[in-house]
Amino acid sequence: MSSLRRFVDKIKPNFEKGGKFAALQSTFEAFETFLFVPNHVTQKGSHIRDAMDMKRTMIVVVLALVPAILLGMWNTGYQNALAIGLERAVLGNFWFGFLKVFPIIVVSYVVGLGVEFLFAQIRHHEVSEGYLVSGILVPLVVPVDTPLWMVAVATVFAVIIGKEVFGGVGMNILNPALTARAFLFFAYPTFMSGDKVWINGLIKGEGIVDGFSGATALGQAAVNDPQILNTTGDPMTGMDMFLGIIPGSIGETSTLAILIGAAFLIFTGVGSWKIIFSVFAGGTVMGLILNAFGGNALMEIPFWQHLMLGGFAFGAVFMATDPVSAAQTERGRWIYGFLIGILAIIIRVLNPAFPEGVMLAILLMNVFAPLIDHYVIESHIKKRLKRAKISINT
Amino acid sequence: MKEREPLFSTKNLNLLRDPLNDSNPITVQVLGICSALAVTVKLKPSVVLAISVVAVMAVSNVVISLLRKSIPPRIRIIVQLTVIATMVILVDEILQAFAYDVSKQLSVFVGLIITNCIIMGRLEAFAMANKPWPAFLDGIGNAAGYGVILIIVAFFRELLGSGTIWDYPLFEKLGIFSIGYVNNGLMILPPMALITVGIIIWVQRARNKKLIEDK
Repeated sequence: MSSLRRFVDKIKPNFEKGGKFAALQSTFEAFETFLFVPNHVTQKGSHIRDAMDMKRTMIVVVLALVPAILLGMWNTGYQNALAIGLERAVLGNFWFGFLKVFPIIVVSYVVGLGVEFLFAQIRHHEVSEGYLVSGILVPLVVPVDTPLWMVAVATVFAVIIGKEVFGGVGMNILNPALTARAFLFFAYPTFMSGDKVWINGLIKGEGIVDGFSGATALGQAAVNDPQILNTTGDPMTGMDMFLGIIPGSIGETSTLAILIGAAFLIFTGVGSWKIIFSVFAGGTVMGLILNAFGGNALMEIPFWQHLMLGGFAFGAVFMATDPVSAAQTERGRWIYGFLIGILAIIIRVLNPAFPEGVMLAILLMNVFAPLIDHYVIESHIKKRLKRAKISINT
Repeated sequence: MKEREPLFSTKNLNLLRDPLNDSNPITVQVLGICSALAVTVKLKPSVVLAISVVAVMAVSNVVISLLRKSIPPRIRIIVQLTVIATMVILVDEILQAFAYDVSKQLSVFVGLIITNCIIMGRLEAFAMANKPWPAFLDGIGNAAGYGVILIIVAFFRELLGSGTIWDYPLFEKLGIFSIGYVNNGLMILPPMALITVGIIIWVQRARNKKLIEDK
């Protein structure tokens, strides 16, 4: 370690003012603080010190995503094996999925961080670590067959329009990873919805087993199929949905893996349990209401299945809890999460144009989060004023 | 006796030049956004609409400027609207006679030039208080400033959204589709027009420091 420190110290003067590579100062600093704890000292104001700086917060989220990534890779291989009628061992399936998913992750990180570094250079500020989490979230919310160049274009769009125009990390209104997904969804709808995109190989259609369908549960319900089938042709059970052995975006299928991540996030205090809990609560309430009405296949999906299908769990745990775009006040978080849950199910069930509504619900509530905070704070102030007046009067 | 001002004095030229950059109706004053979003899917209708607006605006500005001393202030808005509406109907008739296809594509948006805030704004703010010649230049300048943005937005939206330029299948001829390129559907949707205008504003402000407000 000390030899690395010495090397960094040795090349440091080159990047400081007047040095050879002064223009690349922010790039150098990004790598230096990545390797070592920065030795900046707060000059004024509050001196709160915590081992959880931003980089560590980000790493915790990435660690929490690991189960979803691994299960997603395995499921990619497993679904493909089913589609082409092949028997593969668990590791074989995982390796197959790894080869499909890894390029998407690489593209997302290289392009996203590239744009971040570019902006840091132009604006002469530090490279912030904001993209570390978005970079892994983007691959997990896209279908496995998304062409890599589309991932790259969406990433550029999300980082620039979703984040940099507002002033960079911490200033964004919308969740960048969801911005990327929304871009893909509206720009290239044929690659983001339908029966064929969720399982690798179906678009090309070579060597697919006769009669094999890659439709998702929500896709089947949307066309009013009386019984929702698994890709094996059997009725889809709640266990399938919970474990995530169903077609879907790479990282969103397995509720189990997501819940492990959620437990980790809540335990470390990085993710707000209030948001996670209230999103599920909102979904449950709306699901129950729609169940009471019934009428078509989508409305009759039991409420507890709604919470496991599509991107609901993933959105609740990893997207809604984004500390920047979520509501900041404690009471605001309850409202914010609850409305996400309700809206997600409403869009999913009642709007025939969108079989899945979690993405749009979270983006919409991202926009409303500052408003919710505003009113929560206002009501706080009013309440305290009232109390102050009462204590004066008595 | 007062010396006559030359036709193209600096002051008059600025009437033409300013709306193109420093006081662009769309990117600086943020007026006339709704038609900028609606018609810019393709280049052709945008160019036609831009030309129509130039014609309507130049003539109405001159007419109002000529009438400015005899219009009773209380009913001036009605008079202005009548003049604009007359011009718009003329333009609409001409389009239907000579460019029927484009006229159909533009549909209601030719008629909606009447409610374009830029035109009303210029009549009220400039033509009511200036002589016909400066009013004419001001009309041309502002309409051109509007048209330029319209055409830039339409260029990118048609190129990336449909892969064509002026209905010429550029990307298909270049063979980009065969290597896996797909048209960007978002470009055809109105939100992308707003984002494109936003990017233009961003670029303009980065280059023109005068536009940045004091903090």
